[in-house]
Amino acid sequence: MTAMNMVQALNSAMDVMLDRDSNVLIFGEDVGFFGGVFRVTDGLQRRYGEQRVFDAPIAEGGQIAVAIGMGAYGLRPVVECQFADYIYPAFDQLVSEAARLRYRSAGEFNAPITVRAPYGGGIFGGQTHSQSPEGLFTHVCGLKTVIPSNPYDAKGLLISAIEDDDPVLFFEPKRLYAGPFDGHYEKPVETWAKHAAGEVPIGHYSIPLGKAAVVRAGEALTILAYGTMVHVALAATVATGVDAEILDLRTLMPIDIEAITMSVEKTGRCLIVHEATRTSGYGAELSALVQERCFYHLEAPILRVTGWDTPYPREFEWEYFPGPLRVAEAISKIMAG
Amino acid sequence: MPDFGYLQLPKAGDAKRPDPGVMAAATHDLAYGLVRVIDDQGAAVGAWDPKLDAETLRRGLRVMLLTRIFDDRMFKAQRQGKTPFYMKCTGEEAVAVAQGLVLNRDDMCFASYRQQGLLIARDWPIFDLMCQIYSNSDDRLKGRQLPVLYSVREAGFFSLSGNLGTQFPQAVGWAMASAYKRDTKIAAAWIGEGASAEGDFHHALTFAAVYHAPVILNLVNNQWAISSSQDVAGGEETTFASRAIGFGIPGIRVDGNDFLAVHAVTSWAAERARTNRGPTLIEHFTYRAAPHSTSDDPGRYRPGDEHKYWPLGDPILRLKAHLEHIGEWDEKRHIALTAEIEAHVDAANRKAQQLGVHGGGPYHDSSTMFEDVYKDMPWHLREQQAELKRFTAGKAKP
Repeated sequence: MTAMNMVQALNSAMDVMLDRDSNVLIFGEDVGFFGGVFRVTDGLQRRYGEQRVFDAPIAEGGQIAVAIGMGAYGLRPVVECQFADYIYPAFDQLVSEAARLRYRSAGEFNAPITVRAPYGGGIFGGQTHSQSPEGLFTHVCGLKTVIPSNPYDAKGLLISAIEDDDPVLFFEPKRLYAGPFDGHYEKPVETWAKHAAGEVPIGHYSIPLGKAAVVRAGEALTILAYGTMVHVALAATVATGVDAEILDLRTLMPIDIEAITMSVEKTGRCLIVHEATRTSGYGAELSALVQERCFYHLEAPILRVTGWDTPYPREFEWEYFPGPLRVAEAISKIMAG
Repeated sequence: MPDFGYLQLPKAGDAKRPDPGVMAAATHDLAYGLVRVIDDQGAAVGAWDPKLDAETLRRGLRVMLLTRIFDDRMFKAQRQGKTPFYMKCTGEEAVAVAQGLVLNRDDMCFASYRQQGLLIARDWPIFDLMCQIYSNSDDRLKGRQLPVLYSVREAGFFSLSGNLGTQFPQAVGWAMASAYKRDTKIAAAWIGEGASAEGDFHHALTFAAVYHAPVILNLVNNQWAISSSQDVAGGEETTFASRAIGFGIPGIRVDGNDFLAVHAVTSWAAERARTNRGPTLIEHFTYRAAPHSTSDDPGRYRPGDEHKYWPLGDPILRLKAHLEHIGEWDEKRHIALTAEIEAHVDAANRKAQQLGVHGGGPYHDSSTMFEDVYKDMPWHLREQQAELKRFTAGKAKP
């Protein structure tokens, strides 16, 4: 075990996979010589050569298409999409091609590709460097969607994603790269050094896709969260003193329905938190699942705390960001219900 | 009478043939010219004559004829209601057939929907294609795909997408993978002149050029994208082959109705790719004699008999004329071959129809629709499959 921030943990995951499997290639904008704008691929080209870690033309549609062709050949390409906000030019290749290749060829071809993309706000990136587009992809059958919330999970989940034979979208909460962030933007920036999940094994290990983690056990209500919002939910729980059970979903598709129902049946209350916009967001799916399966255990309406249904406004980052005050208010509301 | 006088058609044999290892910059004239080999008398002329033996020529003729008769039979089957949809490649047979004979069987083809000739040239049974067209109980794609959107990994034929152009850059990725693995296999892709307006076309050329991918990028200019003529895709001001010049790769315009010319140009590009000299863009200049699909009525946007006036003729008749010119074929043999192929197609069709047709079945079990969405079926699909089965128990259809 060694101390790693999320950037180092993700780098270590790719390092491990490049070392273990010659079919793993890594490419994307600025990922080669430069090591990526967030430094996630730092040093990998030097270690594994330009044949395996290389820069790609600025054409996300082309990058994903090329990855699909490589996957059909038998490689396991990992593409870095520089920001999740830039993924839309590749939408057709992801939705119509990668997601459906196994299906339409009745299993003859598949696209074992991983698309990494830094996502979410909290870094004053404005509309085009802050979005959370996961809901667009969880709606697509054939894709898997993964979002880690800490270095330990990030490495284990990324290794699973690369080893997975289906296409995986791997969204990295960029505000968590350097340290945990609970939404208290006014406090000094924390690092992962003091966090238990900042201790990461150097070698190979994996965390299965489709499994949630209980980050705080509790009896009073269930909070479903992922990515940065896991830490916000924890802060809000501490602030309210409510004995909440917090589930870090980790994989959104396929979703760990057992963990969710088990928790909500126990607590009888459910709050859903995500940074993405609300309408038709992933929280709507979670809310429907909980309602369908746990209705007779519920003692209060399910609530959602999410980003507002607006583009991410550059100057009003903290008014937009679903911070601990809004989460705490929702907790209180559910507990009063 | 349609007027094709605006076409400037160089004479057969006029085009120069550079060495396949030449710099791309030395090939620019080929992007604006037209490689033609078979002249009006049926003789093979010029530097691009691939000098094929008579057996190969007769094989080319047989496969093109089989493709055309197969197409006609399937078109009829659609009119009879046995399949909802079909697409013929009539008039364009030389493109896929000649290329299918040049490429190795393990080279991967990322075809568009009008290259059934590739599979037929690779001796893939037409019976199997028919089962897909009928979506019957033997359909390898289990009734999931629109007719003609085949996938035959065993025959080096990549799964066809109904989204045009998407396969073009995928072929580049496959070729990059082959090069990375020090493999000798190459990839080939096909796109129509209409879909070349898509970003995918430009992505493919960019990535192929940047990474020197061993890929042959084929643009089939058959003049028509459903009802839109090639000038709507930007074909009026310059040639499609010349798009390659801006990317620094060779672009060659070839008479797509000339079996020998397509064969020769494809061999040139394949040699270039296999010797690590990178990609080539080939524009196949041809004419879509068929409707776009069985759902199309070309009489609404072009004269019904326009294809008969296409100055580059019919690919089958032109290869036949060449074989006759060199004394290796005659009308009697042609009639006998046609009859033999018709009998073969009819027999395959009867056998396929016995295994089910559209609208009547039998099909695969409908619950198989939940398979292959993912490698392992997640819980929500298992639940949905069980739900469907409750409704379909004991019944053919819900």
